[in-house]
This record gives sequence, structure tokens and C-alpha cells, in this order.
Amino acid sequence: MNRKYWLFILFFLAGIYACQKEVTETAPAPFAGFQKPANFPEPAYHFNTNTVTKDGFELGRKLFYETMLSVNNTISCGSCHIQTSAFTHHGHTVSHGVFDRLGTRNSPPIMNLAWNTSFMWDGGIADLDLQSVAPITNHLEMDETMPNVLNKLRNSALYPALFQKAYGSAEITTTAFLKSLSQFMAMCVSSNSKYDSVMRNEGNKAFTADELAGRELVKQKCGNCHREPLFTDNSFRNNGLAISMVNDEGRYLVTQNNADKYRFKVPSLRNLAYTAPFMHDGRLLTLDAVLDHYTMQVQSTPNLDPLLQQNGTLGIPLTAGERTKIIAFLNTLNDRSFLFDKRFSE
Amino acid sequence: MKKFLSIAVLSTIILSSCKKDSTPEYDPNVKADLSVEFDNIAGAADLQLNTGSYTNAAGESFKVTKLKYYVSNFKFTNANGTVYTVPQNESYFLIDESNAASHEAELSIPEGEYTSVSFVLGVDSLRNTMDVSQRTGVLDVSGAATDMYWSWNSGYIFFRMDGTSPSIAAAGNVFQYHVGGFGGYSSPQPNNLKTITLDLTTRGTPKVKAGKATNIHLMVDILKALSGTTNFSFAAIAHIHSAAAGTSVANNYVNMIRHDHTEN
Repeated sequence: MNRKYWLFILFFLAGIYACQKEVTETAPAPFAGFQKPANFPEPAYHFNTNTVTKDGFELGRKLFYETMLSVNNTISCGSCHIQTSAFTHHGHTVSHGVFDRLGTRNSPPIMNLAWNTSFMWDGGIADLDLQSVAPITNHLEMDETMPNVLNKLRNSALYPALFQKAYGSAEITTTAFLKSLSQFMAMCVSSNSKYDSVMRNEGNKAFTADELAGRELVKQKCGNCHREPLFTDNSFRNNGLAISMVNDEGRYLVTQNNADKYRFKVPSLRNLAYTAPFMHDGRLLTLDAVLDHYTMQVQSTPNLDPLLQQNGTLGIPLTAGERTKIIAFLNTLNDRSFLFDKRFSE
Repeated sequence: MKKFLSIAVLSTIILSSCKKDSTPEYDPNVKADLSVEFDNIAGAADLQLNTGSYTNAAGESFKVTKLKYYVSNFKFTNANGTVYTVPQNESYFLIDESNAASHEAELSIPEGEYTSVSFVLGVDSLRNTMDVSQRTGVLDVSGAATDMYWSWNSGYIFFRMDGTSPSIAAAGNVFQYHVGGFGGYSSPQPNNLKTITLDLTTRGTPKVKAGKATNIHLMVDILKALSGTTNFSFAAIAHIHSAAAGTSVANNYVNMIRHDHTEN
């Protein structure tokens, strides 16, 4: 072998070495924790008692996709909260739990929960940390018990080490379990829609004329309840849906106050392109059907919201042109990056 | 006469020694053991889970398969009128009829003679809204509290009595009376928290002193949870699972506990 050839090999190896070095130098950015988007208000969640850490968040993500949370180890939180549908159960009016048991309500998105002041369609749960207990123990959802879940995790090969990593102790407590899930859920922030880019003056994004007009219409006609920038005021209202066979009395089931009968939490208008069907029981399959409801189908049921019966008229009158503009604006609230953010994927 | 004198002397000695015993020196800066025993009964009978058969005010026979309730926030008033409040973190107990070890609330309170005790039947609203990390021991929703907690409307069940009655037509003849409701987080909800205060002077004043264990023995008559302000019929109401429905049970059970005796 001649000397030139050896030199070539030497240079080649040095090149590879240099490449490798470069790769290690550009390691992934450090975990940023919870970041409030610039155009969002202060979150409602109590991060002071649950600081989001990389290991806590990653443990929470693992738990979110863990089927051991259900009685027969078949479904996870992610089964009914699917990322590519903005963490809803796309195409399902109501979701099926273990043994294909059907619930009575539509799976809401795991999205911007850090700004929610209560959870569930009826607001029965006031603290995100306690939220997970409900689907785990609900007969129609995961139908498992909390002691069983923790025991399964304790006996697994994987979890004690993950809890050790996140909390410095391999002991799997209720608090550590629930707070990890909270860390994951609170991190699921959707704030990269076109609307957000325009609000934050990013990259010269601007609304079209229709979108701009649509925004004004939404502000006037929908904005009392669907308030910017989260597009909900977290209140409970009866929006005039016909009372179904299920006769779901909504918030009344929690407060047992007659004034709360048929009231449900105002959902956000973000990511509507991915979260159909709509309403607490998923009865409306398209956005057009939702606008039909508000313009033509509002029913005078007990506790119908006053905003839906102004000047002796039920609903919100909209012209065809107004509807087009409203839909144009609502489409600017879709955040596709949220559906594919690797941080939230199984 | 000599005999009489010696008897007199002896009895004086005995009496004075008795007197001495009955007024021990109490040091309020020293804490001593005290247990409060919750002895569950049904009228004149000791409660026997699964086997004992009892009759409610509606004349229906029934058996009890599960009886559990929380008692918390103990306060003791001594002869001087001073109130001692047991530190909150040490003041939660889950009385479970199926677990004899749970029947006594073990406390440590300053030495003294106590004329009354008060406690909350249930879990106070403050604890019901505390961070999950403050819900340990009998309040752990993955532990002792797993069947004493409403997950869908987060809050503890204060009192739970499950059983069967042949008067219930549904399969299994099962009744479940679950009472909770602390008043709600952000909007008002039914509040079924009951503070129970018991006089301790007529059935034996507890004399709490270091070096000995005093026991306040309470009788808890479950028949009184089913009667009083409202006489319950299992045929009419077999299931209570919400705060509003439980209010009339709570208004009954506020009177179900009495002081029976004290072991000093």
C-alpha cells in the first residue's frame, strides 16, 4: 500500500471525527419547561406547587400513553385524546372506554389546560392534579382503581426508575403520579396558529380581508363567551341545544343548583378543524352545522343563555356572507404544528 | 371503741387518698395520650357487618356491608374553658367498621380534665381544596380514600353506608348511602359538613395525664342516620350519591353520636 493511500485514509478518519464532534456540539436545546406564549394571559395552573421538569414531563407523557391505567390494560389517556386530532377522539360523538362501553359526553381537547379554571364539561373538577382520577376510575372509561394503577406501575420493570429520575425517589405516590400527568397536560400548549402569529407580529403574517372581517364578527357575536385569546371565558352556559334522550343536565349534576341545569362549559374555538364533532355530546358533526345551530336551531330550554335570546329572537342571526367570513377567521385558529409536536407524541 | 377508732382512721386515710387521686396535678405544657373510640351500634345491638340484621324506622330489615366515615378537626375544652385544637395535619381519621384498628382516633393533647369534645364529621372544605400533596394517609385517593372520594365532582365522601335490604326490588337488593359535599370550589354547592359537640361531664370526665391512656368511648348509632328529621325507606331511596340528596342523611346523623363512658 502506498503512502498516499494511507494519508487519504487518515484524512478521511479525521473528517469523520470532526463531523462527530460537530454533532455533539449541537446537542438539543435544554428543556425549556413551561413557556407562556407572549399573547396569552398568566396561566391559572399552580406551577408553584408543580414545577415542570424534563424528567417529570417525560414521565407524565409516558403515563399519558400508558394502557396500564385501564382495568384490562387496553386503553390509555391517548386512546380518546389523540394528538393528531388536537387530543380529541376524532369522529366519535362520545368515546368508547374499556369493553367498548360508551359514555355520554364528547372527549374534549387536551389543549391549553394550564389556563382552564375547571375541568370536564360540567366543571366538576377544579384542580388539574385531580382530573386524571376521574377517567381512570369511571366505569365507562378506564374502570380501574387508583390503588391498582399505582401497584401496576410499582411492579413494572420501568416505572420505579422513571419516578426515581423525576422525583429522586423510586416510591410511586399519588402525588408524584398525578403531578407528572399534570406536567404533561399543562405543557400541551397550542399557540402557533395564524391568529397567534398575527397577534405576535411574527414573520409579516396578516389576516386577509375576510379573516379580518370575520374576526370582528366573532368578537361581536361570539366573543362574550369565546373570548380572545383562548376563545373561552371558562363559564358555563346553556347554548340552546335541544334536550336529548340522555337528558344530560350538565353543571347541575355538580352544583345541584337549578340555575345550572343544561349549562356546559364554553369550549375554545381553537383547532376546530381537527376536533369535530362538536358540542358536549358531539351531536354536531361540522362547523357548518354549528353555525346552523346558532342561527336557526337554538331552543328555548331552561336557563338558555340571555345572549342567545336578545330582542325576542332565539339564536344569533347571520347572513351567508357573515358566515363565510366567520369561518375564514375560525380557520386562522388552527394550529397544525400542535398536532405534530414531537414533544407530545407517544 | 378501739376497733371503731381504727376503722375511722383507716377510712379517713382511704378517703383522703381517694381525694388526692381525684385531683391530680395537671401540667398544661405536658401532652398525654387520649383516644376517642367510635363504637358503631344499631340501636341496642353492636353493629355486625354482613351478618347482623336490623330494622329501620320504616320497618324495613337491612344488613350493612360497609360503614365508613371521616372524623376530623378535634377540639377539646377543659374545665377552665380553655380550648385545645389538635393540629390539623394530625386530625383526620377514617373510621372503618371492618377495621378494628381504625375505631380509635389516637390523639395527644395537653394534660387536664376536659368537659367537651367537638369534631367535624367529614373532611373540612379547606382540606377538600388543598393541593394533592396535602392529601396523604387516610386522605390518599389512591389509598385509604379510594372508595371515599368522588372523582367526577372532586371531594371526599364524608359518610358511607352500603348494605342490602329485602325491601329493595332491584337486583342484589343493594342500597348505598354516600354523603359528601363541602360547599364547592368556586360556585356554591350543598354543604353537608357537620360539627358535632359532645358534653363529657355526665358520663365520665376524661382526666388526661401523662403516663396513662384515657379513652373516651362514643356510641355511634347508625339507625339514627336513617331516622330523625327524615325517616328513610330503602324501598323509596336505595341510592344516594350526591351532595344535595345526602343533606337529609347528614341532618339525621348529626345526632347519631353520644358519649357513653370514659376509661380514665
